Amino acid sequence: MQTEWLYALYGGMIIGLSVSLMLLYNGRVTGISGIVNGLLTPKAGDNLWRISFITGLFFGGILIKAFFPIAFTGQLNTSTWTVVVAGLLVGFGTIMGSGCTSGHGVCGISRLSPRSIVATLTFIGAGVLSIYILKQVGVIQ
Amino acid sequence: MKKNIVSFTVGLIFAIGLGLSGMTQPQKVFGFLDLFGKFDPSLMFVMIGAIAVHFITYKIIRRKDSPLLHSEWLVPTKKDITPALVMGSFIFGMGWALGGFCPGPALTSLASFELRPFIFVISMIGGMFLFKWIDSFFKLNK
Repeated sequence: MQTEWLYALYGGMIIGLSVSLMLLYNGRVTGISGIVNGLLTPKAGDNLWRISFITGLFFGGILIKAFFPIAFTGQLNTSTWTVVVAGLLVGFGTIMGSGCTSGHGVCGISRLSPRSIVATLTFIGAGVLSIYILKQVGVIQ
Repeated sequence: MKKNIVSFTVGLIFAIGLGLSGMTQPQKVFGFLDLFGKFDPSLMFVMIGAIAVHFITYKIIRRKDSPLLHSEWLVPTKKDITPALVMGSFIFGMGWALGGFCPGPALTSLASFELRPFIFVISMIGGMFLFKWIDSFFKLNK
């Protein structure tokens, strides 16, 4: 549907704007896996901005729930164990690979970082391959 | 203090962007990655929109000597393509496909107060600790 593409485009532009603010004011890349990871081995003076960011994400989520609740539909009906394995893989992989969709896919590609271009092509490629295999073996329809 | 207000605001705006874009709907992520099946290209426009904006703003912002609230830029400068970068990204891609969440949308979806995002986030943090623990022996990411 055309409107979905437009929402995706506008949403993407809003994301691009938000990471620009982080760069302009704080001089940082908005890499969400990295922001979470920093809290797991806390360093003095380096925690509050991370907590503030995650709190912001959560309150943004509250606004979405109130004004655009369709955003929280489209859940999968796979088993709980699938969710656990998926979470483990995402956590493990993003720290091993130094970034996720935000840090590599948005911030890194925007500054034409070779590492981020390779990382993004790899995780999208791995995702496509995984869906293909998961459908073949019947984990998902 | 000002930096934390900026971080909070960036998080808030980022989450709204994610919600509008469709990234918080795991079925859409499935559709995007289902290239050889019922391919739904709409999420491609999220990256196109975000990169189009930030590609331009990045160039403009980096003309300044320093950010507004800090003395120096904290942007990563590594250039080497390491096995850990590729393997880690591959593992992340598998998890993204299996669960339909990447880290940002998962954290944002905690506000839905549904069980699945909550389980995902706890597992994701577990996966991060697991990598850090293994890495303390092998130093994969150095």
